[in-house]
Amino acid sequence: MLSVNSNFPEYAVPGAKQVRFEPYADNGGSVVAIAGEDYAVIGADTRLSTGFSIYTREQKKLFKLSERTVLGATGCWCDTLTLTRLLQARMQMYEHEHNKAMTTPAVAQMLSTMLYYKRFFPYYVSNILAGLDADGKGCIYSYDPIGHCERSTYRAGGSAGAQLQPLLDNQIGLKNMQNVTEAPVPKEKALALLKDVFISAAERDIYTGDCIYIIIITANGIQEEKFELRKD
Amino acid sequence: MAFMGDMISPSPLWQNGPSPGAFYNFPGNSNHGPLSHINQDFRAHSAAPITTTTTVIGIKFDKGCVIAADTLGSYGSLARFRDCPRVLKVNDLILLGSGGDYADYQYLRDIIEQKIIDEQCIGDGLQLKPKSLHCWLTRVLYNKRSKMDPLWSNYVVAGIQDGEPFLGAVDKLGTAYEDAAIATGMGAYMATPLLRDVLDKGPLNEESAKALARKCMEVLYYRDARSFPRYQLGVVTAAGVTVEEPTEIGQNWTLAHMIHMK
Repeated sequence: MLSVNSNFPEYAVPGAKQVRFEPYADNGGSVVAIAGEDYAVIGADTRLSTGFSIYTREQKKLFKLSERTVLGATGCWCDTLTLTRLLQARMQMYEHEHNKAMTTPAVAQMLSTMLYYKRFFPYYVSNILAGLDADGKGCIYSYDPIGHCERSTYRAGGSAGAQLQPLLDNQIGLKNMQNVTEAPVPKEKALALLKDVFISAAERDIYTGDCIYIIIITANGIQEEKFELRKD
Repeated sequence: MAFMGDMISPSPLWQNGPSPGAFYNFPGNSNHGPLSHINQDFRAHSAAPITTTTTVIGIKFDKGCVIAADTLGSYGSLARFRDCPRVLKVNDLILLGSGGDYADYQYLRDIIEQKIIDEQCIGDGLQLKPKSLHCWLTRVLYNKRSKMDPLWSNYVVAGIQDGEPFLGAVDKLGTAYEDAAIATGMGAYMATPLLRDVLDKGPLNEESAKALARKCMEVLYYRDARSFPRYQLGVVTAAGVTVEEPTEIGQNWTLAHMIHMK
């Protein structure tokens, strides 16, 4: 934005510098989700930080939206809080109107619309939605902050997303490997991989660590698990 | 976001000239103030803290919470106002502490106090609970930040929620979290390690939590240049809320000669 100083350089004086208000903060955190034939697992770390300081070591970043849909959200925490609260309200309105719970693909589409509605003042949030679709198959939807949406079977997002995605590409997508046959990922393997992947992230990314919460979504409902990470 | 600034006020057509769509006035010859000259940052006055307060500390213990904060209102680097109390008893369940712009705190304090009065007038015996106030503050601060007109302050909400201690923080963006130890401002760097160190060793009782808060206020006084030796301590338990009269830090500078700054 223009200021007196840039328009009247002759009046500019060295001295008190005005810091412009920055409405966004990067509060870090990572999310990883893996979908299988009849399940979906999603995990997120519990560190909430800003710059070099940690606000808290026990902030859950997974939101149980329904019996078969879970959202993992990281980025600007104040936007995450607002977005998820709005999302929960919209899902309740849907339920009252249609007398049934929203399916995961329906939530996925609504989230995309809600993000794009704020196209020119976006929610600075990296979202990953995990759940079961109408056929009971595991599904993952990932987003950019302004509402681009893509369905996939595995995804890493958040501050360590760029470090973790290639690892998942190799281990689950079987990319860059020869003589491999594709097979559905069993739930136990997905869980073990999820933990390994977060251990690696905690080693390299200062915004990821402390603990992870993992949610396992199957036709029988939602199960929660906790796993400790390094706390430095 | 740089691109937003460019949209709102385009760069001038030539050096010192008007920006597209704006009137041109010579500096010092304007009847309309700086606003009509160019689209400058007309809200800049509210987008910076003026009279500021420093750290506020919150600690959770087995049966409640303590909040501590000094009473200095700084005007830049000038220690201008020496009696700015900022530990507030909201009702019998909630204790509130604030740091940052003092005027913004006073503004919100008046609104909160009116909320409590309105609630008492209903007379149903129900009281605002700490989680509700914490959530309300989140929305107020987030809405202000979304208008790019923030209330430049942090809040620590302590209280008793359904018999259990509650301690939460909200910053000027509406970033909200709960934790057993909270310190804002400079305290985030200097007091949080001390607090977490003690809390990792096990739960505290009221006396040890108060002692810890006093220790942190002392450490902060020695190192934070915007701090003050006079501070207030508030405690909330199921028995109610008490805010102590300001107390002085017992200073000891006998070690000072051993510190050589070369």
